[in-house]
Amino acid sequence: MVLNWKTGGVLLGFVFFLAVLLVKPIGVSTQFVILDAIVADAVNPELITQTDDGAYTSTNAYLAKSDGKYAKNASNPLNYSFIFVIAMMIGAFISVKARGGIGKDEARLPVVWYVNYGDTPVKRYAVAFVGGFIVLYGARLAGGCTSGHMMSGMMQTSLSGYIFAAGAFLAAVPVAMLVYKKGA
Amino acid sequence: MQIILALVIGALFGATLDRVGATNPNWIIRMLSLRNLHLMKTIILAIGVGSILMFGGQMLGLVDVLHMSVKSAYIGVFIGGLLLGGGWAASGYCPGTGVCAAASGRKDALFFIAGGLLGAAAYMVTYDGWKASGLLDGIAGGKVTLGTVPGSKFEGMMALPGDVLGLVLGLVFVIVAFVLPDSLVGDGAEIAVE
Repeated sequence: MVLNWKTGGVLLGFVFFLAVLLVKPIGVSTQFVILDAIVADAVNPELITQTDDGAYTSTNAYLAKSDGKYAKNASNPLNYSFIFVIAMMIGAFISVKARGGIGKDEARLPVVWYVNYGDTPVKRYAVAFVGGFIVLYGARLAGGCTSGHMMSGMMQTSLSGYIFAAGAFLAAVPVAMLVYKKGA
Repeated sequence: MQIILALVIGALFGATLDRVGATNPNWIIRMLSLRNLHLMKTIILAIGVGSILMFGGQMLGLVDVLHMSVKSAYIGVFIGGLLLGGGWAASGYCPGTGVCAAASGRKDALFFIAGGLLGAAAYMVTYDGWKASGLLDGIAGGKVTLGTVPGSKFEGMMALPGDVLGLVLGLVFVIVAFVLPDSLVGDGAEIAVE
């Protein structure tokens, strides 16, 4: 069972505040790029290079942008933002176990999919894969995702956060209505 | 120290996302199809609470203004937002909730992450084209806040005091969370919450 929105909202807001108070606003989607870069650099060590003065750069323009910020983080995965995402997974795992797990059926196929499309896990996994591709392509184009742009951004009164949220909901609401005609 | 903070805040964030239902695609679809706005109320309240605590803390001198990190505004933010929104609604996951859902044992979330890694890689290799298109060039000042926050390295769109505006907007978010109905579409069937 989920927390009542009043309790959950205060708790979630407090976590976003805690992050800004102690370190910096929460963001997640950049770490997909960092993991890609770690893998790509392992396959092709020429991808990320360090110049004589210690600065990092890359043959890929995206990794090299902002003075090689992404190239540097991919070369040093033990950095705050990357560990943060690993820790999120640990936290979610412990929380799920503490409340008794999500159940075998739900782990295999979310009920909202079952209600609309029956027992078709392969189709569901294909949609999740394509959805993931579009979500991360969009997040990187936008420069952030639901946590970085929408939550952290709007909380800081960033103009970009409002633009992002407008785009995200403008597309998300009709797509959700079209794809999931039956509620669950 | 930074690593310990990453572990503590990250774990707290992951656990909270699980407890509010954000890592559950059923709740995401309920929200985005406007059938049940419980999660929407949670998110809007969270933005309000975060804003009030941050700007209130700044005004009291308890929160370092320099910890703020404002992202640039450009046309690509809107296009990227549209794409993310479409994929979010189809899959029921966004980047953060997707990784947490995978950690909770959801198989489809693993496919979401695999697709996500490929999508991020696709952006890496197509970045040059976007850059050349001018759609990544800042608009309305780029990295700006709505008001001008005292001591901030980011400029304000308006000369209004940004901390006061942040506090007021935070309160508006809290009020919106309270007045938002439980459902806008369908019969709004009750779903048990704690």
